[in-house]
Amino acid sequence: MKKYLRLVTGLTLVMVAAGTNAANVQLGIILGFTGPIESLTPQMSAGAELAIKEASGSGLFLDGSSITAVKADSTCIDSAAATAAAERLVTADRVQGIIGADCSGVTGAILQQVVRPNGIVMISPSATSPGLSTAEDDGLFFRTAPSDARQGEVMTGVIMDRGIKQVAVTYTNNDYGKGLADAFESAFRVAGGEVTISASHEDGKADYASEIGALASAGGEALVVAGYLDQGGLGIIQGSLDADAFSTFVLPDGMIGEALVEAIGPDLDGSFGQHPSAQGPGAAMIAKLGQENGFNGDSPFVAESYDAAALIILAMQAAGSSDSMAYQQKVMEVANAPGEKIYPGDLAKALQILQDGGEVDYDGASAVELIGPGESAGNYREIEVKDSAITTVRYR
Amino acid sequence: MEDLLNAVIVLCNFVMIPAIAYGSQLALGALGVTLVYGVLRFSNFAHGDTMAFGTMITILVTRWLQSVGLTLGSLPTALIGLPIGIAATAVLLLGTDRVVYRFYRLRKSDPIIFTISSVGVMFVLNGLVRLVIGPEHQRFSDGARFVIRAREFKEITGFSEGFSINVPQSITVILTLIAVASLFWFMKQTRTGKSMRALADNEDLATLCGINAERVVAITWIIAAALTTTAGVLYGLDKGFKPFTYFQLLLPIFAAAIVGGLGNPLGAIAGGFIISFSEISITYAFKKFLGYVLPQSLQPEHLVQLLSTDYKLAVSFAILVLVLLFKPTGIFRGRAP
Repeated sequence: MKKYLRLVTGLTLVMVAAGTNAANVQLGIILGFTGPIESLTPQMSAGAELAIKEASGSGLFLDGSSITAVKADSTCIDSAAATAAAERLVTADRVQGIIGADCSGVTGAILQQVVRPNGIVMISPSATSPGLSTAEDDGLFFRTAPSDARQGEVMTGVIMDRGIKQVAVTYTNNDYGKGLADAFESAFRVAGGEVTISASHEDGKADYASEIGALASAGGEALVVAGYLDQGGLGIIQGSLDADAFSTFVLPDGMIGEALVEAIGPDLDGSFGQHPSAQGPGAAMIAKLGQENGFNGDSPFVAESYDAAALIILAMQAAGSSDSMAYQQKVMEVANAPGEKIYPGDLAKALQILQDGGEVDYDGASAVELIGPGESAGNYREIEVKDSAITTVRYR
Repeated sequence: MEDLLNAVIVLCNFVMIPAIAYGSQLALGALGVTLVYGVLRFSNFAHGDTMAFGTMITILVTRWLQSVGLTLGSLPTALIGLPIGIAATAVLLLGTDRVVYRFYRLRKSDPIIFTISSVGVMFVLNGLVRLVIGPEHQRFSDGARFVIRAREFKEITGFSEGFSINVPQSITVILTLIAVASLFWFMKQTRTGKSMRALADNEDLATLCGINAERVVAITWIIAAALTTTAGVLYGLDKGFKPFTYFQLLLPIFAAAIVGGLGNPLGAIAGGFIISFSEISITYAFKKFLGYVLPQSLQPEHLVQLLSTDYKLAVSFAILVLVLLFKPTGIFRGRAP
């Protein structure tokens, strides 16, 4: 009996050991599948899942380990619900890394309440609040989106270049909107412009007539709308056009999407803006990959989502381990030079190089270059709406 | 004199017109809430999502009509789809009544149990609408957008301020007037309307007098379906359809119904306008208006805003609290909520 027991124990140990060699790694995707940006998140999630599928299918990841994605809902606005969902990912689903969260407020909450206590790496594709640059993160938090401090400067340039010196600002009342509006206001003032009013609006409200009344009273040559395209931002633009309060709108990243052009129609012609996007070969590649896999690779933050997933996977491969403590050091390494440039669709090649002990410089879909506290350096695409289509003016 | 007219135009354009349109939409919504509360004696939390459901059906019918080339010219096609939307919503409401509420009615459950089960219905409808039409923003208004554009108004009249009215806003006001008038006629003049009021007044007495309670309940649901779908479609024509926003509409609608007095139709209408006017006028920045009215030396430099727009929700809730404190039955004496 004793012998038998020993045999069983031995066998179990062997099986466990073999299990760690080619295991299944779980990655969490936490995005706002319900809530204010629910029209963007399916595309973002599809981008991240594509990178996971690509790496997992190559058979080269950590000695043939497979990767599965576990999705959770960040709600974009409800920090309590988001941290509960993230906690579930870490404790129940045992994920080894988190792709997300999306909106800045919930991302900050998850960072402090789940990521740091549990020591799990998190890479956000779309949290852009300047506040997150200085947040305590134990080296666990990265973002493939740039901070809005940078967007504020870029937007100032975009507006000033058109000879506009006086604008009204409305922002969605959350970490993203407030952060961007403040960053923009100070950059615009320094550049010699005048902000006539900076008023917040709440998302998902029934009516925006009072906000529009206040903005129209303050006046300005253009209205900067730091909101969301299928939320208050849209309501403000529609209402402003209906009441003839403004005719030119400045659209930052949260406002740019085909849905807005479709919703407003020809009245939007002449409005302009910018969103994080790089002029690299990666953007076209993710668009093509998206087409083949049935999602829209041009949709905002899809490229960043793909890159967030890819960075976690490549860092794990570089560290030879799916343990956050081991691979957190490697994220910056695989993202930046030196090494071979890696674009979307090349993950198998990158995994092979890393396995052979080489180095990669992941450029990805959004020309990833991580700076400072682990955030994207920030390349922006300046756009203008012409004949009801979003056209590229140039890259900044 | 011209300055004074300009000031009036500014106020009309940015306060009066939007507040009247929004108030009408709220009034129709609150009428539905108040009717269900009056006859069935519970607060129906599924109301916002019922609006979304009716609007969704109307949108689908509208899309189909557009695809076969049937439109109303300069009026939105959705007006043809509206009756079908109402019919579908009536079927849905009668269905939920049969499956959910009737069970509790027969057991004479507490109102709070009805309310909680309506929260369940709300979640189911919430999911259903998103499954069918998706969470995205939908725009379904076609035809002409403006009755008069601000720019045209300026050219025609020579005033320096513009004034615009759009088609959905005017349809909203007209349809609301028709709906309210026919509702009141129905309640006062017809036999069924009278039995509805009798049942709302005293259920036992009404049943003893031979009023068929189940029939009255069914008719209440059908009228509620007509009111909610109309409100939803009008709101959607004006500002676009999005399930999330419709869900959120529940708050101002309930505020309107309670301020006016739950169970009192007249109160629901007044409540809708009180909420919309207070939200819009108290947070309005009077800089431009005063710029026209006051002499040069007194021109304001600041926005002259009583409260920042951040507080606009607080305004309607402050009114709600005041009404509940000093007149718990609402301005028009409904039942205590």
